[in-house]
Amino acid sequence: MNSLKTIFDYDTWQEIFGSVAKNKTRTVITVIGVLWGIFIYITLSGSAKGLDNGFDREFEDMAMNSMFVWPQSTSIPHAGFKIGRSPRLTVQNVETLKQQVPEIQYIAPRNARGVRSGPPASVVYRDILRTYNIYGDYPEYSSISTKKIYKGGRFINNADIKNKRKVCVIGERTQKELFEEDESPIGKFIRIDNVYFQVIGVHKFNPGGGFETDGDIFIPFETFRNLYNTGDKVNWFVIAAYEDADVIAVEKKVKEVLKRIHKVSPDDERAFGSFNLGEVFNRITGFADGMTFLSLVVGLATIIAGVIGIGNILLISVKERTKELGVRRALGATPGEVRVQIVLESVFLTLISGIMGIVLGAFVLAIINFFTQDLSDFPYTNPTVPIPLVIGALIIMTVLGTLIGLIPAQRAVSIKPIDALREE
Amino acid sequence: MIQINNLHKSYKIGSNSLHVLKGIDLKIDEGELVAIMGSSGSGKSTLLNILGMLDIADDGKYLLDNVLIQDLTETTAANYRNRFLGFVFQSFNLINYKNALENVALPLYYQGLGRKIRQQKALEYLEKVGLKDWATHLPSELSGGQKQRVAIARAMASQPKVLLADEPTGALDSNTSNEVMGLIQKINEEGKTILVVTHEIEIAHMCKRIVTLKDGVIVEDKKTNQTLIDTNV
Ligand SMILES: Nc1ncnc2c1ncn2[C@@H]1O[C@H](COP(=O)(O)OP(=O)(O)OP(=O)(O)O)[C@@H](O)[C@H]1O
Ligand SMILES: [Mg+2]
Repeated sequence: MNSLKTIFDYDTWQEIFGSVAKNKTRTVITVIGVLWGIFIYITLSGSAKGLDNGFDREFEDMAMNSMFVWPQSTSIPHAGFKIGRSPRLTVQNVETLKQQVPEIQYIAPRNARGVRSGPPASVVYRDILRTYNIYGDYPEYSSISTKKIYKGGRFINNADIKNKRKVCVIGERTQKELFEEDESPIGKFIRIDNVYFQVIGVHKFNPGGGFETDGDIFIPFETFRNLYNTGDKVNWFVIAAYEDADVIAVEKKVKEVLKRIHKVSPDDERAFGSFNLGEVFNRITGFADGMTFLSLVVGLATIIAGVIGIGNILLISVKERTKELGVRRALGATPGEVRVQIVLESVFLTLISGIMGIVLGAFVLAIINFFTQDLSDFPYTNPTVPIPLVIGALIIMTVLGTLIGLIPAQRAVSIKPIDALREE
Repeated sequence: MIQINNLHKSYKIGSNSLHVLKGIDLKIDEGELVAIMGSSGSGKSTLLNILGMLDIADDGKYLLDNVLIQDLTETTAANYRNRFLGFVFQSFNLINYKNALENVALPLYYQGLGRKIRQQKALEYLEKVGLKDWATHLPSELSGGQKQRVAIARAMASQPKVLLADEPTGALDSNTSNEVMGLIQKINEEGKTILVVTHEIEIAHMCKRIVTLKDGVIVEDKKTNQTLIDTNV
């Protein structure tokens, strides 16, 4: 086909480029419409992606279907107890919960000082004294909240629990503050509240983590119990449900069981506090998905509006150029050639503005990325627009540009050359 | 070269029909330089446009170089125009954003010639009309006479069989008119068949033959004593 040949002809593009370059005002106006559309699309969906990535990072260490449960105080009198009683969670609850809530995959009781109760621990190494939050943990905890341990170290294991070993995992900051730069803390002894502990690992702090700090010290639960004389008391439980379980139902069940054990009214909503990460996470992913969808819709709508704008302006320009097109046809341009030229002008304008919009959008995203890079408390990471979306946008623009270009193209050839030439 | 028999053309204006050409018979041989005269509205342009395949006759026969021109689609008409015909208009009709060279090269582009050849040929024809040094100038930077010479170069560049000029000097003063007519005579001397529509009797006398239209028919057809222009362009 003749018109197919013209598309790939260097001279066709020369003609188109000539016409586009010489009608500068028209070109600029048309370009702005689509450029704006694709720019909005790219920045919005890129930002949505950034937000999505940010939330992912925020929670990357935590099992998605995990929750925390802690005692508060009762608000309904029950079984002879007055209100205002604080139920006391115990290690024995672990077994009961495991039995009665089979959806639980891991359950880790935790005690802490410096966080929920008690003062932080004072830690001494050589002549340096510092205070840090300290946690009593079971190895299970690291199955729920992944603790990255620096090379050469490890987290608390079952033997540590069983033998009530005086070992500890320290934070990055703790290492920096207590040890020399080239000194390996592993195997060294530090004094925690006057008891010597051997350092077995340094955990890598995840800035997005939100729940813990870079100075935390983890020791075996049983050792903590002895050190601070906490008996069988547990500050809170960290629970992870199996992946296919409904986290909200599990949360409810856990609370029900706890209420029964601790003789709390089944209707007492205040006796136990909980934070359901799974639920929050679902809500957040829903939000991010919504953002992505919204940006898709808004972006697409603006692109369509922009392309229609191009069609409009080409229509006007075809009318303005009636005479020129008449001359071209007098000189031997076939209707097909005229049509292809107009359509290609449309596609060319659409694509040029699209690409400019993409570049501009990417540029803005890069700037946003630059400024949010160091914000560890703002969930925003690596805002990118996936390549398939960009390619998809380009394809959509090409198709739309072609379709919309057909209208002025048809209009250009529908007028007889003789009438076109007569036009003033 | 051109032969038409019993050519009719009417325009519809609303429910009325205006019979413009009422049976034209005309034979033009190769190498002729014919002026078509007649009062305004007599159908000169209509005739020229039909000969130029920009318009279609309602009835009659048209042979161009022994090829019967009939049942033209827009595409074949475009191809014929491109290969057989060159147009010169009163208002020059140069493309304003293309320079002189690009304007001249345009019909060659539609002939499908390569860029190099187009440039080379276009330059050659610009030289022929004495405007080689103006190749890179836009139409807006040229005088009326220069524009018309560029238009003539453009019409000639595709090496047509016939050159059709509708009042080529209509927008020019008498000096430049002479210049342009001199150029047309020169091209005619080289053997090209040329039709010139004109109002001015002086211009008509620079042609070899004058055909006069009145009310849609040819009322006079005579040879002239051609006034030759001393070309010193
Ligand atoms: N497209 C058209 N529709 C309707 N009528 C037309 C059309 N083109 C020309 N006419 C009419 O046909 C008649 C002949 O027009 P034409 O342009 O051939 O005249 P002309 O001899 O070239 O006149 P002029 O010397 O003024 O250029 C005129 O009455 C004109 O009004
Ligand atoms: Mg006329």
